[in-house]
Amino acid sequence: MGGAIEWKGLSDPVTSQSWRGARFSSAPAPPSRGPLSASPPTRHCAANQEAGSAPARTYGRGREAAWRGRGAEWAGRGRGAASRTGLRGRNAEWRHRCRSLLVRKKRPVFCRARRMCVCPGPRRSGIPIRSSSLPLFSDAMPAPTQLFFPLVRNCELSRIYGTACYCHHKHLCCPSPYLPQSRLRYMPHPAYATFCRPKENWWQYTHGRRYASTPQKFYLTPPQVNSILKANEYSFKVPEFDGKNVSSILGFDSNQLPANAPIEDRRSAATCLQTRGMLLGVFDGHAGCACSQAVSERLFYYIAVSLLPHETLLEIENAVESGRALLPILQWHKHPNDYFSKEASKLYFNSLRTYWQELIDLNTGESTDIDVKEALINAFKRLDNDISLEAQVGDPNSFLNYLVLRVAFSGATACVAHVDGVDLHVANTGDSRAMLGVQEEDGSWSAVTLSNDHNAQNERELERLKLEHPKNEAKSVVKQDRLLGLLMPFRAFGDVKFKWSIDLQKRVIESGPDQLNDNEYTKFIPPNYHTPPYLTAEPEVTYHRLRPQDKFLVLATDGLWETMHRQDVVRIVGEYLTGMHHQQPIAVGGYKVTLGQMHGLLTERRAKMSSVFEDQNAATHLIRHAVGNNEFGAVDHERLSKMLSLPEELARMYRDDITIIVVQFNSHVVGAYQNQE
Amino acid sequence: MFCRWLSIIRRRRASPARRRCSSARGSTSAAEARAAALPAQAQVVICGGGIMGTSVAYHLSKMGWKDVVLLEQGRLAAGSTRFCAGILSTARHLTIEQKMADYSNKLYQQLEQETGIQTGYVRTGSISLAQTQDRLISLKRINSRLNVIGIPSEIISPKKVAELHPLLNVHDLVGALHVPEDAVLSSADVALALASAASQNGVQIYDRTAVLHVMVKKGQVTGVETDKGQIECQYFVNCAGQWAYELGLSNEEPVSIPLHACEHFYLLTRPWETPLQSSTPTIVDPDGRIYIRNWQGGILSGGFEKNPKPIFTEGKNQLEIQNLQEDWDHFEPLLSSLLRRMPELETLEILKLVNCPETFTPDMRCIMGESPAVQGYFVLAGMNSAGLSFGGGAGRYLAEWMVHGYPSENVWELDLKRFGALQSSRTFLRHRVMEVMPLMYDLKVPRWDFQTGRQLRTSPLYDRLDAQGARWMEKHGFERPKYFVPPDKDLLALEQSKTFYKPDWFDIVESEVKCCKEAVCVIDMSSFTKFEITSTGDQALEILQYLFSNDLDVPVGHIVHTGMLNEGGGYENDCSIARLNKRSFFMISPTDQQVHCWAWLKKHMPSDSSLLLEDVTWKYTALNLIGPRAVDVLSELSYAPMTPDHFPSLFCKEMSVGYANGIRVMSMTHTGEPGFMLYIPIEYALHVYNEVMSVGQKYGIRNAGYYALRSLRIEKFFAFWGQDLNTLTTPLECGRESRVKLEKGMDFIGRHALLQQKQNGVYKRFTMFILDDHDTDLDLWPWWGEPIYRNGQYVGKTTSSAYSYTLERHVCLGFVQNFSDTGEEQVVTADFINRGEYEIDIAGHRFQAKAKLYPFTSLFTHKRRKDDVELSDLHGK
Repeated sequence: MGGAIEWKGLSDPVTSQSWRGARFSSAPAPPSRGPLSASPPTRHCAANQEAGSAPARTYGRGREAAWRGRGAEWAGRGRGAASRTGLRGRNAEWRHRCRSLLVRKKRPVFCRARRMCVCPGPRRSGIPIRSSSLPLFSDAMPAPTQLFFPLVRNCELSRIYGTACYCHHKHLCCPSPYLPQSRLRYMPHPAYATFCRPKENWWQYTHGRRYASTPQKFYLTPPQVNSILKANEYSFKVPEFDGKNVSSILGFDSNQLPANAPIEDRRSAATCLQTRGMLLGVFDGHAGCACSQAVSERLFYYIAVSLLPHETLLEIENAVESGRALLPILQWHKHPNDYFSKEASKLYFNSLRTYWQELIDLNTGESTDIDVKEALINAFKRLDNDISLEAQVGDPNSFLNYLVLRVAFSGATACVAHVDGVDLHVANTGDSRAMLGVQEEDGSWSAVTLSNDHNAQNERELERLKLEHPKNEAKSVVKQDRLLGLLMPFRAFGDVKFKWSIDLQKRVIESGPDQLNDNEYTKFIPPNYHTPPYLTAEPEVTYHRLRPQDKFLVLATDGLWETMHRQDVVRIVGEYLTGMHHQQPIAVGGYKVTLGQMHGLLTERRAKMSSVFEDQNAATHLIRHAVGNNEFGAVDHERLSKMLSLPEELARMYRDDITIIVVQFNSHVVGAYQNQE
Repeated sequence: MFCRWLSIIRRRRASPARRRCSSARGSTSAAEARAAALPAQAQVVICGGGIMGTSVAYHLSKMGWKDVVLLEQGRLAAGSTRFCAGILSTARHLTIEQKMADYSNKLYQQLEQETGIQTGYVRTGSISLAQTQDRLISLKRINSRLNVIGIPSEIISPKKVAELHPLLNVHDLVGALHVPEDAVLSSADVALALASAASQNGVQIYDRTAVLHVMVKKGQVTGVETDKGQIECQYFVNCAGQWAYELGLSNEEPVSIPLHACEHFYLLTRPWETPLQSSTPTIVDPDGRIYIRNWQGGILSGGFEKNPKPIFTEGKNQLEIQNLQEDWDHFEPLLSSLLRRMPELETLEILKLVNCPETFTPDMRCIMGESPAVQGYFVLAGMNSAGLSFGGGAGRYLAEWMVHGYPSENVWELDLKRFGALQSSRTFLRHRVMEVMPLMYDLKVPRWDFQTGRQLRTSPLYDRLDAQGARWMEKHGFERPKYFVPPDKDLLALEQSKTFYKPDWFDIVESEVKCCKEAVCVIDMSSFTKFEITSTGDQALEILQYLFSNDLDVPVGHIVHTGMLNEGGGYENDCSIARLNKRSFFMISPTDQQVHCWAWLKKHMPSDSSLLLEDVTWKYTALNLIGPRAVDVLSELSYAPMTPDHFPSLFCKEMSVGYANGIRVMSMTHTGEPGFMLYIPIEYALHVYNEVMSVGQKYGIRNAGYYALRSLRIEKFFAFWGQDLNTLTTPLECGRESRVKLEKGMDFIGRHALLQQKQNGVYKRFTMFILDDHDTDLDLWPWWGEPIYRNGQYVGKTTSSAYSYTLERHVCLGFVQNFSDTGEEQVVTADFINRGEYEIDIAGHRFQAKAKLYPFTSLFTHKRRKDDVELSDLHGK
């Protein structure tokens, strides 16, 4: 019953009760090889298949290669022949269908039928049409169809709807049911293969078709779609007094759309109170959300402390020492759903305090200039170090002890922007991205990437990894575009499985709580694990001096970037924002214009403006496009409705969690800065 | 054109010196040269060379004040005056504004002849269009007011409109107001002409001289500090337009002049193929929010949009006026409206879109008068984009004010003192003008309230009352309940009370009034202005005896209704004064008297340290317990006998109410109903209110609002200062002889005038009218300002009106005059009033009315306190 454990993942035994999927963890999977009639095993099968067959992380480049590679991997792992051929056969069929789709470039069958279709496909299985995983609906792996279709059909609207904007407040740390499917690939259990025989597959396939062709009358109305999209939206306007805003930031919009249940992405935004500047960040968790949660609530404190001048540090330390009220360091800008764990705050605070004490000791106050870049790098590294140390040391409180271990064994990428006047620093660890929206003189939009992805698509990262490890590991350190064949981002917080020595891992796990000890995932040591650490949290810091034409910055997790091209992202946000502030003003200037012509022009401009007013939040607007765009780049309500009505178990297969922060710059202030110098 | 008039400006120096100055080196020699150029002293310094400043200078010099210096920071008439659209329109909502515009019209008309300067004056007439019936009612009201002050105007049909203006699309109109004598002209040229005439009369004009601040000593203007040196002066006139607010604040003793600028857009086109006639009438389409006039063969069209853009909130020099951008997207709704009104204009070519700042005030009325804080500091600004129309008249009134001490018309509605410090917040002004500017062309219905800048001053009971359904109005920043919506009423439906007809709160107020008549009601009257005057000796009594017309030397505990009169015997304030003890008095005045009365008292009180005047408005919450059962509630709460024997009418006592001690209880109600006023130190307010409400339950107590109070006081023929009474009405004219003690043994301000009036008789008489053939449900309701006709002759205007639930009739209060055939005012006798057939003109429809000089005492006799009638305040017997 290894599968059952894996289902459970790192879930807290208490909280997992509230998670619907948890019942499967207690239900024994019948080791039946016959036709799958019981639902739990079917589900397992589906999940395992998708787990095994979700390798390609990005679309576009080398997708076919990824496909082939995966087939090879399956073969190479030496599974049962039956499963191998079965999968191969299916893969071949998929590939065929994909090609045919490519040729036709038309909307697939299910769309023409105008039906809700929930047949899942393996996530990110590389249909080479950008941002269209939907064509897979009708063709892809049919197994879960029979399982979920009745669910969808029988569900009341509200329930699904409720699931989609499920609030994850109560999960201190969130269990990760589909643990292996995303960034982290975990070796499939041999037992899975038994469920995946070709005959069964075929049987399921046909059934899937039949079910899928049953007409359904389930749609989300536009207001329902809107309330799903807007459930997590948050806007912050830099406070101004009567139009006076001296900050280079006008404000920001942020939003999240979960695909995982619960969502593994996190976001943070805060204003530094003791120094100038504002911090914004997106965090993409994997193997649960424990790490991304911890990083989202701790990292900004580390950065802020790193930026503090010596005197302020002393002042704060003295205040703590004498029990006086502490100077506030950060002013958070949080959505009600963005929570902080109260239980760990003491622990976190102590670690932070140790950090600033060391900063005080290191710096005796002679140098006053603080380099932001250095501060960011130090903060990242220090936090990761603290996460690691806390897990090693443990905590007498068993709850906290478990928490720090979950934080350390899960992982998170981080993309953080620090804006102070015209100085923009982006610190990135992992594969989230920061993109600058630049408005050219002719009003068109262009995208400037301010971060490098740390993954297999980045040659320099590959190079770095190869250099950091002995030559004989050159082949094994990155396999199938994954770190040690497992992890997609090449830099991340947490993930001590890729950082600690084998000895240390074993020691910590053995001394750890039972829940951890029982967990297959934590016990598992990556293959070819010879010279740890393989993973670092050190960020790459990019500096950009803001110019008046830099209108906004988009920080987003890979969930956005894998569905949309950066150019489209910038164009959509740019058009949205200019729509909000009218377009370029018109001036008559000496031209011959009649009142009628002018009136026509103005009416047209107004019509254009009103079309973007559906969303009050740029991030929401972007998600609407990311999820609902059809092949013409326009939002298709039907498609949007279908994507959003996917039950949580399926959503993950069509998209990743999406988290977006759109920061708007104040061109006047930026321009004024420029003029000053 | 401009260069020609530079000659009227006295230059300090020849041009070389000028260049040196402008090089901004600021060497001492240059500074000295500058200082030498300005006169060292003058009687009056006027700041601002726009139409207001030049008009004041013109009128002052006409009235014989020649020692006047006018300073302009840039060039003459180069501010908003230069950008003015140049429409002179007399179709205004306020009579005083109509009169100012009418005077301006007559002045400008002969200005060219007087000065030889072309002002571009063309009498085109103006047409105000009505797209709805409500708008037509509004225009009809204006029409009937215009006619009675001698300005020809008429309501015309859409067909007639089409005849008057060939380009207009009239299919959506229901009617229009035509004022044939309205004109268009160039406001900059008018300002130059006025300046030229003033200059000829001896006024010295200096341009490019900016006033830095005004020097004040002991609350009196002593001089002006400019960037070119100082000028000593007695009077300073702030005509700085949109900069008046800032200039006011720049003094050591700041003068609050609440106004704020908004961007204003109008469009200029090239000439029409067949150029428009210069006599084409000006079109005002308030429903379309636009105005259109002919301009050099093409048109000039602007408007007041719904989403104004306030500007210069942070003050001067944020932007130069020249830098204001055209904003076509912002202008789009107005352009659409223009093309809807004149579709043929489509092919007309655009010349430019002008963006000019216009100044607005918190209540849409201009600001004039003397500062309450600094004597000799006069203000004329905040024209709400009607500077050209008001320029002549406003300048004249202000000049009269300065020369004679008061203007020849009642200008309380425009007086600077109607505002307090609370209206000087930049945020308040910014928000309020954003509401005011669209209101320029919104329909003005009775009893509308501003929505912005609210909840600033509130009573401690605000939340309690609000939770019980209170609907609020605002007076002088103070929230007052209008009426209370019962829990079962549909709230949404009630919000549509914007009507000229019977409002939807009619039944609600009726039940409140009934409760006041039969049981007991509580009205929160905390907004009333409350002063305390104390002295160590008899100084307080002495000064009050001098300032007030009634005899205040009464036993301790008595309350006296009295007027605070000016030299002419007119009411500066109407208040109730309680004698708390031998040496201290408690004075209750209307809400909007807070600044005005304070200024008056300060001005007339000796600067004697033994005399202490304190504004205690904020210290007390005032609850009005009104109704026959009030006495029962109060005696139950205080365990003290409250019967007339123990607590006669117009009596004040400190007593305990509930647990709270030291509550000032006064047996008066401001309405003539039996009841009490409780002046409660604010920390007890909630307690006392709760106690009153819980004890009052068995007597049927309920909350009531000001609408009920209004109905009660008007049917009782009670005049209120600010509405019925003003600085030009004397106690004798409104039947208040009993409140004047001419022979109280000492002189008081206004006594002489009253003695004379008593001898000669009065020229107008405050009268109560009961509308006879008025159908409350179907006819237009009276508001105020309706003309009164006696035997078909115009005799005066109403000042306030309300529906009397007791009489089941509308009651209007107003003044009746007696004009001879030649238009001269004659004495009005009781006989004249009584022998006449009266009609009240409501939007062109005349309703028969009965005139009464005394209230219906018998109707209001209460069975329970029949013997009390003479004690309740029924004045004028």
